[in-house]
Amino acid sequence: MFGRLVYESFRRQKRRKLLAGVAITLGVGVATAMIAVATDIGDKISRELRSYGANLIVTPQEDTLDVQISGVDLKPPSDGAYLNEADLPKIKGMFWRNNIVGFAPMLPVSVRLSGSDDATNLTLLGTYFSKRLTFGKQDFATGVRITHPWWKVQGTWPDDNSSDVLLGEKLAARLGRKAGDEIEIASQAHRVAGILSTGGAEDNQIVAPLALAQQILGKPGAVRRLYVSALTKPEDAFARRDPQSLRGAEYDRWYCSPYAASIAFQLQEAIPHSHAEQIRQIAQNEGTVLSRIKGLMLLVTLAALFASALAVSAAMATAIFERRSEVGLMKALGAGSVSVAALFFAEALLLALIGGVVGFAGGALLARQIGRSIFDSQITIEPVLFPVILAIAVIVTFAGSAMAIRRAVKFDPVYALRGEA
Amino acid sequence: MSPQRNSDLVSRRAAKPHTSMFLRMLMRAAVLRRGRAASALLAMVVAAAVATAMLNLYVDVQAKLRKEFRNYGANIVVVAKDGQVLPAEALDKVESALAGHGLAVPFAYVVARTSDGQSVVVSGTDLDRVRKLDSWWSVTAWPNAPKDALVGTRAAEVVSPQGKPFDLSFQERTIHLTPVGTLRTGAAEDSRIYLSLQDFENWTGVQPSMIEIASSGSSEEVSALVQKLSQALPAAEVRPIRQIMEGEARVLGKTRATLAAAAVLIIATAALCVLSTLIGWVFDRRRDFAIMKALGASEGLIGGFFAAEAAALGAVGAIIGFGIGVGVAAWIGRVNFHAPVVPRFNVLPVVLVGSVAVALISAVLPIFLLRRVQPAMILRGE
Repeated sequence: MFGRLVYESFRRQKRRKLLAGVAITLGVGVATAMIAVATDIGDKISRELRSYGANLIVTPQEDTLDVQISGVDLKPPSDGAYLNEADLPKIKGMFWRNNIVGFAPMLPVSVRLSGSDDATNLTLLGTYFSKRLTFGKQDFATGVRITHPWWKVQGTWPDDNSSDVLLGEKLAARLGRKAGDEIEIASQAHRVAGILSTGGAEDNQIVAPLALAQQILGKPGAVRRLYVSALTKPEDAFARRDPQSLRGAEYDRWYCSPYAASIAFQLQEAIPHSHAEQIRQIAQNEGTVLSRIKGLMLLVTLAALFASALAVSAAMATAIFERRSEVGLMKALGAGSVSVAALFFAEALLLALIGGVVGFAGGALLARQIGRSIFDSQITIEPVLFPVILAIAVIVTFAGSAMAIRRAVKFDPVYALRGEA
Repeated sequence: MSPQRNSDLVSRRAAKPHTSMFLRMLMRAAVLRRGRAASALLAMVVAAAVATAMLNLYVDVQAKLRKEFRNYGANIVVVAKDGQVLPAEALDKVESALAGHGLAVPFAYVVARTSDGQSVVVSGTDLDRVRKLDSWWSVTAWPNAPKDALVGTRAAEVVSPQGKPFDLSFQERTIHLTPVGTLRTGAAEDSRIYLSLQDFENWTGVQPSMIEIASSGSSEEVSALVQKLSQALPAAEVRPIRQIMEGEARVLGKTRATLAAAAVLIIATAALCVLSTLIGWVFDRRRDFAIMKALGASEGLIGGFFAAEAAALGAVGAIIGFGIGVGVAAWIGRVNFHAPVVPRFNVLPVVLVGSVAVALISAVLPIFLLRRVQPAMILRGE
């Protein structure tokens, strides 16, 4: 009998049920989308923050002091130690390899242009543009195009295996060269693939594939420093502890957290005779910006949850209020308050479950759409979210209905039957 | 009473708007059905509050986040052209162009020699300003006495491994420095030694060659400032730091877009909540509607009555909600950004018009549906 009452109620009152169901579906959809976006925004913004460039730097352990003023290296190129290029792919064998967005080795060498009356020494910077490397079974591309996204090239990026070069825009203007011209460096002709604009010291330099710089220097496999762009977790008090002072489980926890410091530590392990350090300007500020944006989205999500809970309650209250005459009839036929309330709650549960499932699917689509249009990447929806959302939908629907059900049950059947509802 | 006067009265009554009765009906409707009216008003207030808070946040978040982004340090750099020094009045010109909306820090550099002949970069700067500009510098102790030096961690290993005082020479002139603190940044600064500008100039006689500027404006304002400075300082090269500018623009843009999407979703949900509550409220009063109609009220009058009621509800709800929403936005600002979000009063008309519009739609829709129903049917309880 109870089952039939519920069934008939849904069959006969399609419009009302549809209205309440739509409200629940929309509320749940918005809540799902907002929760999905808020839980994933840290990851997304973290990736966007990588457009600030590398946050870690690896230098040779036995290096001499840098003699560098506003990005121009004044150190004699023969000075100092080098990293070995062959060690670089080992970065992809690290514990946090998936957090390494990219890396770019740098080797500045001093060159003279032949066939030019410009007698001053120029810096030629050897690097990876988008070099294909393999480590074990992994095949990946890395270089300045990933780690230095603000570098703009007019013309084309040179191939890493060619001997084409990029000219800094100021140098190119001074020499009167443009993309496609030839330039003679250390008595060898090279094609200028493009003109590079960075807004920094590179505007006065020649940027070339790493192999070319090594060949000019006469040191195959040499790398002066390595910039690493990694996704990190904001630094907290635990991150600042000295790994040497940590024991057992604490050390494991420190090692297995993607702090900038622990990734630097692992880089040092992966590359022999190296010293890795976080670039504090980038690494430190990332944490604050990230936590602000995450905090903001969390609070906004709370507002969204509140608004959708209210929408669901309002719809449920209205739907029940309209059925007071029905309650009167049931009560006149001898139904107790408990069975009337049970009927309404059963209907609410059914609505909440249907609305919850449809709303979750809709919200997931919405979140995916937001992710694709704003961040150009998918927003992953944790499967654990599904039961949570469903539970929230049921609780909110019950809470929203409770007041209205209480009033409906208390209503005197005589008034209801006389049509004075 | 003559028929003449009677018809006069009738025509006067017809012409005169039924203001007092109309108002009375409006008031009584709200007072007699307190519960329903209150719940409709509550829905209205909450919706307006949520909308106000979201719009306020959306407008203000850019300013708030931009402040956080200024922790990345300078976004404009002024460099002397090819080995020259900047004119002496350069810093004053920069400061007047900034007009208090940012920070400018001069830097002077030389390559000095340590007592065992190693080259090291020494910089003279305004240390108090650097401390504000480059908040990421990890410094054990900032120098404040003359001849105190801030030594980068890598430079410290070379010049004074035990933290003892050391000598530096530049063009036959020697200075005796006390290393009071070490500096760690992970970049070129680690290999440098920093002095106060006064000590530096007394020792080397070299003037600043670079000014780093952190301008707190938007990207258009920063470009305008770059233009202005290039004209004011023809001897120098003024350029924005692209790394900082582009990163900021990107993250800010994405955050604003996400917030906009959230605002649209939340406001739509709130509007839906108002719609369903108000439709329920009007439907619930179909007996009033039927009685009015039975007593001979025209459809226009009834529609006007419900519309006026809804509009009043929308306006009152919007104003109360605006106050609450401003409070919520201020609270979010304080919790998340440690600075309250300033109330934007230009949001008020938007919220007001939106609320009244939603209220009107939700009042007119049920009236439209009920119009075809005979009043007798409603009064009979069908």
